[in-house]
Amino acid sequence: MKTPLIAAGLALAFALSGQAEEKPVLKVYTYSSFASDWGPGPQIEKAFEKECGCDLQWVTAGDGAALLGRLRLEGEKTEADVVLGLDTNLIVRARETGLFARAPEAAAFDNLPIPWTDPDFLPFDWGYFAFVHDRNRLAKAPGSFRDLAAAPDDLRIVIEDPRSSTPGLGLLLWVKAVYGDKAAEIWRRLKPKIVTVTKGWSEAYGMFLEGEADMVLSYTTSPAYHINVEKDDSKAAAIFDEGHYMQIEVMGITRTSNRPELARRFVRFMLSDEAQAIIPVTNWMYPVRMPPEGLPRGFEQLVPREKAILLPPEEAARLRDAALAEWLAVMSE
Amino acid sequence: MLVLDDLVLERGNFRLAADWSLAKGRRLALIGPSGAGKSTLLDAIAGFLTPRRGRILWQGRDITSLPPAARPMTILFQDHNLLPHLDVFANVAIGLDPRLKLAPEDERKVRAVLTRVGLAGLEGRRPAALSGGQRSRVALARALARARPLLLLDEPFAALGPAMRAEMLDLVCETAAESGATVLLVTHQPEDARRLGDLASVVVEGRAAPPVPVEALLAAPPAALARYLGPGE
Amino acid sequence: MKGGANPLVWIGGGAAALVLLLAFGTLAALALRAESASGLGPGDWAAIRFTLLQALISAALSVLLALPVARALARRHFPGKRLLTTLLGAPFILPVIVAVLGIVTIFGRRGLVNAALAALGLPPIEIYGLGGIVLAHVFFNLPLATRLFLQAHLSIPAEHFRLAAALGFSDRAVRRHLERPAIARVLPGAFVTILLLCLTSFAVALTLGGGPRATTIELAIYQAFTFDFDLGRAALLALVELALCAVAASSALAAGTAPEAAPSLVAAPWRPDGRSPAARIVDGGWILLAALFLLLPTGSIALGGLVHLADLPAAIWPALGRSLLVALAAMTLTLSLALGLAGLALALEGRWGRVIEGIGFLPLATSPMVLGAGLFILLFPTFPPRTLALPVTALVNGVMSLPFALRALLPEMRQIEADHGRLADALGLVGLARLRRLHLPLLARPLGFSAGLTAALSMGDLGVIALFATPTEATLPMQVQLLMASYRMGAASAAALVLLLASLALFWIFDRGGRAHARA
Repeated sequence: MKTPLIAAGLALAFALSGQAEEKPVLKVYTYSSFASDWGPGPQIEKAFEKECGCDLQWVTAGDGAALLGRLRLEGEKTEADVVLGLDTNLIVRARETGLFARAPEAAAFDNLPIPWTDPDFLPFDWGYFAFVHDRNRLAKAPGSFRDLAAAPDDLRIVIEDPRSSTPGLGLLLWVKAVYGDKAAEIWRRLKPKIVTVTKGWSEAYGMFLEGEADMVLSYTTSPAYHINVEKDDSKAAAIFDEGHYMQIEVMGITRTSNRPELARRFVRFMLSDEAQAIIPVTNWMYPVRMPPEGLPRGFEQLVPREKAILLPPEEAARLRDAALAEWLAVMSE
Repeated sequence: MLVLDDLVLERGNFRLAADWSLAKGRRLALIGPSGAGKSTLLDAIAGFLTPRRGRILWQGRDITSLPPAARPMTILFQDHNLLPHLDVFANVAIGLDPRLKLAPEDERKVRAVLTRVGLAGLEGRRPAALSGGQRSRVALARALARARPLLLLDEPFAALGPAMRAEMLDLVCETAAESGATVLLVTHQPEDARRLGDLASVVVEGRAAPPVPVEALLAAPPAALARYLGPGE
Repeated sequence: MKGGANPLVWIGGGAAALVLLLAFGTLAALALRAESASGLGPGDWAAIRFTLLQALISAALSVLLALPVARALARRHFPGKRLLTTLLGAPFILPVIVAVLGIVTIFGRRGLVNAALAALGLPPIEIYGLGGIVLAHVFFNLPLATRLFLQAHLSIPAEHFRLAAALGFSDRAVRRHLERPAIARVLPGAFVTILLLCLTSFAVALTLGGGPRATTIELAIYQAFTFDFDLGRAALLALVELALCAVAASSALAAGTAPEAAPSLVAAPWRPDGRSPAARIVDGGWILLAALFLLLPTGSIALGGLVHLADLPAAIWPALGRSLLVALAAMTLTLSLALGLAGLALALEGRWGRVIEGIGFLPLATSPMVLGAGLFILLFPTFPPRTLALPVTALVNGVMSLPFALRALLPEMRQIEADHGRLADALGLVGLARLRRLHLPLLARPLGFSAGLTAALSMGDLGVIALFATPTEATLPMQVQLLMASYRMGAASAAALVLLLASLALFWIFDRGGRAHARA
């Protein structure tokens, strides 16, 4: 059984080394699920390569935070031309690396609820954090953090740890943005309902699907996956009247890139109708520009524009450590 | 008297039959090539192997289905007779009480048998610090301390040199004579059988022959034994 | 293994250097890249205390529970015993994320156990907290402890059992005079191995620990790296972790004599103890409990996978191929390193031999996160990480399994040297000839076992691959995680089933191959 395996290995090695050298190569750093077979990566790559005459290569790290960590490890020597998949909470620290160049001019983002002004990073998709539940198990979901905090303790939720996951950090800032000095009080009342705090989104969502919790911290667009792929209407996001914290995923071009023109072209491509139409049904997030053919079912806007919450990057960076300390203190009580 | 009544033993494809008796106080050497079933026979008498057929009797009492410890015997193996983590004294004492809680007279008995086999003063040593001969003496001391009427020896001295082996066999003969014990010795050395100096039984070709005087047997060996002994004897 | 130019000694020296480089070199690389010196905060100390606490409890409980299970398996014979013993080993090689969901489906709030309790009108159990962590760690490590103790039972000479029978030992006396000394030889090593495995736990501890109270050192390292990008603190924490492990490992090496050569697991000797009906019931109860505890979560994973088999994406198969390739490469590496290290330890013996043995333990004590990041710093930018993803994964997986292979091989090699070393010396059998003509033929069984274990562990490991590979080079466990990250939990469970079967099959093939050769 070894021989075919060795043959397969050699074939793989040749396939890797034998990639056509004549085409210019564009290296895009992103988080791994973006570039996976089930993410937007393969379709984006195919579409972009068709028009650029280049070779687009994904280089991945675990998630947005790990992506930034990797970039900092590589420093000036990084091979990245474009970094795609940081979010607004990471922008300040990403800028501090000094590795990013100015973003190219871009037209308005008609599907983004807030105006975008960052000079270095451009958004490519976004979503609202929300608690997702199964209508068959929980008929009437709470309509606000206050409702959730006041719900009986047998309503159980599962959340992600802010130290190891971006949704976890999003929830931390969501509560902080809405409740400010009273955030600790909300956490104290939420605590008995928290089944557990997981390392990442996958563990939390998996436990929710196993029935371990009634609600899970995810996105308002999560039910769209179940509707469109599984033809399952039972999952729903609870809409909170305090508003919903946004996660805006951004991309930036590195200062060190030796193909800046190609990099800018890719960034513009990510904002094209073609790429923006791929995003919703592969990354299960909202596009920043409305594709002409509209959006599939499950992407209806349930949160009114004025209820969109986002701490400006500088403020998120400033509040982060104190909010985390507060959360840790309450959760360890 | 030890009686093997129409005894048939099976171990896998191997089969051994024996149908004879041995008077109390006699010393019998079981002699034959390796793999002939000498140890299998000893295992059956000791209670480690349930016979396929037949009975084993001691002094008229059927002991065929008794567990090993309930039988009137004590046994010495070829190897691993001593527990490596216990000292010499405890290795003997454990033959009297597995919990090692000894009454004063039992303690005196242990010291006495150790003196008898020439190990006085070595009570505190671990087996690893003893020579091969000394280890055999500890094992024999335990057998003496247990003072059971049947002493089964499964080649316990095979690893010793000729002089030491002869010495140990003499010690066995002396102590058995003192206590009146009946001895069964497994060996493949004719000189061991001679040294034991009483009866011998040839174990070969699936059968343990009835005991006969050892000198007579070795003087005119049956064909199968002659083949085993070779032209030298 | 004395005298002469012995290539094994050179391989052993290289292996020791490689392990030291991976353990300390990566740590130093990280510390040197740190932008600022930083100390440990109160949160870090709390994490260190909690890590120690949960690891001590988990290791103690794994070892305590393994004692009666191993005894029961050693003295009972029943049809399917070998299959059961193999299956009981499955949790040890399961990928963590899959195992956690398996545990939750059985012991979770909506799990089988709570359903049964509800049917009986009893209040439900809640596993999240220290209890959940310990439950999961016992689930992962009970198989290992049981296996080590079972080997200890089977290393008791058959004559000792017959002696015990002839002397009329009670069950209690058998325990005291035969079992206890044999177990005492392997217990410190087993305890420390499991302790080290639990010290570097992260996702399990956090998820089943119920929240940030269950912060372990490894999570603090992860946080220092990704959340704060404080490489100095990450290195410092890793150093603390290494120091804890070093103290634990050296105390084990000092307390326990070297483990016995492992006997065949099938040829259990005849035993006089445990004949009473009560003992039979107790043994049967322990085997049943262990089987239920270990097989129910594994079974629920398998069942979940079967249900979604139709969703299995085609991308799984090339990933399986890559995983097998990595596993075989890692296995080859582990065996070479372990043979070399064992050869070196035997050549040196005494104090330096112990030091070499201790170095063999080191991989258990390294933080996977620091190892990955440190390697990255060392290799980048000289070698592009992408092309190195699979070789580096094989290298790290190979080194990570080294402690297990060394534990299996070293005692046997020591025994072989004791039994046949002088003959080999007299025949002038030195160097590779000695390895080929003397050691390898006699080592077939432990080699097969180590090969199987190493390959299976490598199959299930995520370790550093995530830092180096892109999804186009994903291994099977990485694909499982990517499927989960894109909502495809059903397909992920089907892929996890493939992974589980492939790991078990690898283990079975090599272990059986070794045993077959040993008989010949």
